[in-house]
Amino acid sequence: MSGGHSTYTPKTGFGRWIDARLPLPRLIYDSFVAYPVPRNLNYAYTFGGILSLMLAAQILTGVVLAMHYAANTELAFGSVEKIMRDVNSGWLLRYLHANGASFFFVAVYVHIFRGLYYGSYKAPRELLWILGCIIYLLMMATAFMGYVLPWGQMSFWGATVITGFFSAIPLVGDWIQQLLLGGFAVENPTLNRFFSLHYLLPFMIAGVVILHIWALHVTGQTNPTGIEVKQKTDTVAFTPYATIKDGFAMVVFLFVFAYFVFYMPNYLGHPDNYIEADPLKTPAHIVPEWYFLPFYAMLRAITFNIGPIDSKLGGVLVMFGSIALLFLTPWLDTSKVRSAAYRPWYKIFFWLFVADAILLGWLGSRPAEGLYVAMAQIGTLYYYAFFLVVMPVLGLIETPRRLPNSITEAVLEKNKAGSLAAQPVSQR
Amino acid sequence: MSDTDSTHIPEHSRRDFLYVATGMAGAVGAAAVAWPFIDQMRPDASTLALASIQVDVSAVQPGMSLTVKWRGHPVFIRNRTEQEIAAAQETPLDQLKDPVARNDNLPADTPATDLARSAGEGKENWLVMIGVCTHLGCIPLGQSGEYGGWFCPCHGSVYDTAGRVRGGPAPENMAIPAFQFISDTVVQIG
Amino acid sequence: MFLHALGALGLGLALATSAGAQEEEATPHYPLHHPEPQEWSFAGPFGTYDKGQLQRGFKVYREVCSACHSLDMVAFRNLEALGYSDEQVRAIAAEYQIQDGPNEAGDMFERPGTPSDYFPSPFANPEQAAASNNGAPPPDLSLIAKARGVERGFPTFIFDIFTQYAEGGPDYIHALLTGYDEAPPEGLQVPEGTYYNPYFISGPALAMPPPISDGQVTYDDGAPETVDQYSRDVSAFLMWAAEPHLEARKQTGFTVVIFLLLFGGLVYLTKRKIWAELH
Repeated sequence: MSGGHSTYTPKTGFGRWIDARLPLPRLIYDSFVAYPVPRNLNYAYTFGGILSLMLAAQILTGVVLAMHYAANTELAFGSVEKIMRDVNSGWLLRYLHANGASFFFVAVYVHIFRGLYYGSYKAPRELLWILGCIIYLLMMATAFMGYVLPWGQMSFWGATVITGFFSAIPLVGDWIQQLLLGGFAVENPTLNRFFSLHYLLPFMIAGVVILHIWALHVTGQTNPTGIEVKQKTDTVAFTPYATIKDGFAMVVFLFVFAYFVFYMPNYLGHPDNYIEADPLKTPAHIVPEWYFLPFYAMLRAITFNIGPIDSKLGGVLVMFGSIALLFLTPWLDTSKVRSAAYRPWYKIFFWLFVADAILLGWLGSRPAEGLYVAMAQIGTLYYYAFFLVVMPVLGLIETPRRLPNSITEAVLEKNKAGSLAAQPVSQR
Repeated sequence: MSDTDSTHIPEHSRRDFLYVATGMAGAVGAAAVAWPFIDQMRPDASTLALASIQVDVSAVQPGMSLTVKWRGHPVFIRNRTEQEIAAAQETPLDQLKDPVARNDNLPADTPATDLARSAGEGKENWLVMIGVCTHLGCIPLGQSGEYGGWFCPCHGSVYDTAGRVRGGPAPENMAIPAFQFISDTVVQIG
Repeated sequence: MFLHALGALGLGLALATSAGAQEEEATPHYPLHHPEPQEWSFAGPFGTYDKGQLQRGFKVYREVCSACHSLDMVAFRNLEALGYSDEQVRAIAAEYQIQDGPNEAGDMFERPGTPSDYFPSPFANPEQAAASNNGAPPPDLSLIAKARGVERGFPTFIFDIFTQYAEGGPDYIHALLTGYDEAPPEGLQVPEGTYYNPYFISGPALAMPPPISDGQVTYDDGAPETVDQYSRDVSAFLMWAAEPHLEARKQTGFTVVIFLLLFGGLVYLTKRKIWAELH
């Protein structure tokens, strides 16, 4: 994908025959074998590969589950239970798919935070970052609609609450909400269209992922030093070096995933979703899936009117704004140094931001009352301040640490400092 | 998981073992993961549970038929008239297109005599068979066609009163499922 | 049982706030008492169902619970998992009258059950269930053991990951069935037609009267005929009803975990060798 300057010729005659007509062997070779990656990438950089694996796994399990699922309010809940009870290996496929969604988000959050830490969004990778943000938005839409499909109590009330966001929009809000629902409440038309879109969106994600990787292969990866690749010794070939390292990270990730699927399959879910949806009975408190909790906390933190904006619209704006900020990040950060490794102050604010996101997640699971609301308001304030104050201001006033001259120099320095002892030291 | 298959050939041959072992383990893992995806396509537990049905045939008088659904297919249960039985019994076996009984209750090479097609000694009047034309799966019409048995409207296959194919493109006699009379009036199919 | 997962890693802050928040709370949080964790044969990585216990629990369901509670998603054929033979399953199924039809005349009719039938509901429809129970329809029990779980609180829910605690449902059912004895605290008004139970998940009292008493169900295997034992057995049975493939799941999981450990080790060694060549 990195342009047409390839000098690669396939080894076999058949390969050359194909390559002359459709340069697919060349494309694969250039993108996944010879493609140079910085030699100092750490394990935080393996999550892109893990995410590709999870996307493929979700599509595969999803396609087979769709063979047994019935998108009809009368049948949906029972059809999921039939998968769990009667379909051969059905319980496994469904638990893989449900927990897979959670682990997809675990991986994407590590991936996003890694980007924020190492300044991966900075020029010339703005578009690469924005494509990633689009993927994240599509993932959220897909996950939300997927959660509605089992037609449990949380499915139903989650759908009711989230489609309710749109009714906050002035003038056209109700119209848009009815457009989404296909009625005046979450009913059969809603479930049907959510199923259709839930099946469609992952393929759109896959499409944007291709653009994301394309853009990546144009600019090349960042790396923990934040210095661009300058010489050949700065890089290694994607295969075998990155392939095997990604492969190892995938196995470790799958291990944790498997632990949940086989031993704690319902831990990340909510018991109420094993009760069939009842439009006449709201659960005691509605919580979204864990990966939406920070945003849910911000939504509920706005309990006051802001000038002409009432608290309902305010909450929705603050929630969507928190994601919009991600799109603007490349232009909010004014620092000339890319990596937090060389930015002592940014590093502190970054880890505070991580703690803040986790705190907001926890607050999102608490009832919205008393001190929890005040905490969520402080958390929301810091979330916004991190992007709108820390990023622009810190870049101007912070004194960064001395940068190494090249990636190679950084690696050699580290090896010297790390262990003079013999052992062939592998790159971490 | 199977990424590791594609690791490059090492310079040192003693490392081969490690690479081969890793690649093999990856392949085994990938194959094991593939199984549930195939397994889920097989008939599920609730489908298999319906594999056996019991039918009360006490109301079926000679010359009458009952059609029941078994495994998604129609099963014809016919109480044949004396004439129908006689017609089938008088047919010489060498006139049959398919000389085998196709009866799941009997050995696979049993000749297609009328007795072998019926419910057996003392119950020769009962014919229990899967009402699906052995050509391409249409349902033949009863008591019609040249032999007064069945006639398939799709492509013109003709069956006699024992459900044996006598003309047209169908290759085999209509299949007889595993069944038994668990009492004088109740048939269990499957 | 559920986790607001990463949330709770904000340790210090979280602890501070939860203490503060509880002081301010005006509304009491239910249940008033948390269920006491019990010993279950199906807990842990090697857990299996105790078939004798499942059969006893099934007996309790049949003789007591089934008067009001349906078990819609369980078929008689599933009972073979409890250790019954094909003939025994057929005999059990035949004890139930199943509505079938319409027949040739267009009428619905009743016939004895067969293994492929599902447990019939005690009520014709949800409206009848509500009408016969003062407006509180008894919930279906097929999934009850997974549909109830008392929040574990921080930091317990983090430890639960490592202890593999996944028995919140049966613990809750056991606690509820054995929890009717306590007298309501002073000042608490128990609404008419409800029964005080501090273990009830969504209020101080519930519409179900104490359903079972000592000696009500006869066991023929010598197990104690006490409310505690009945509750334990029926909880185990309901866990089986909700998660019939639990044993297969845990056994498959063991194979997968062992494989991933070995495979991970191999990949790690390969990775080290490949990267070592760089130096």
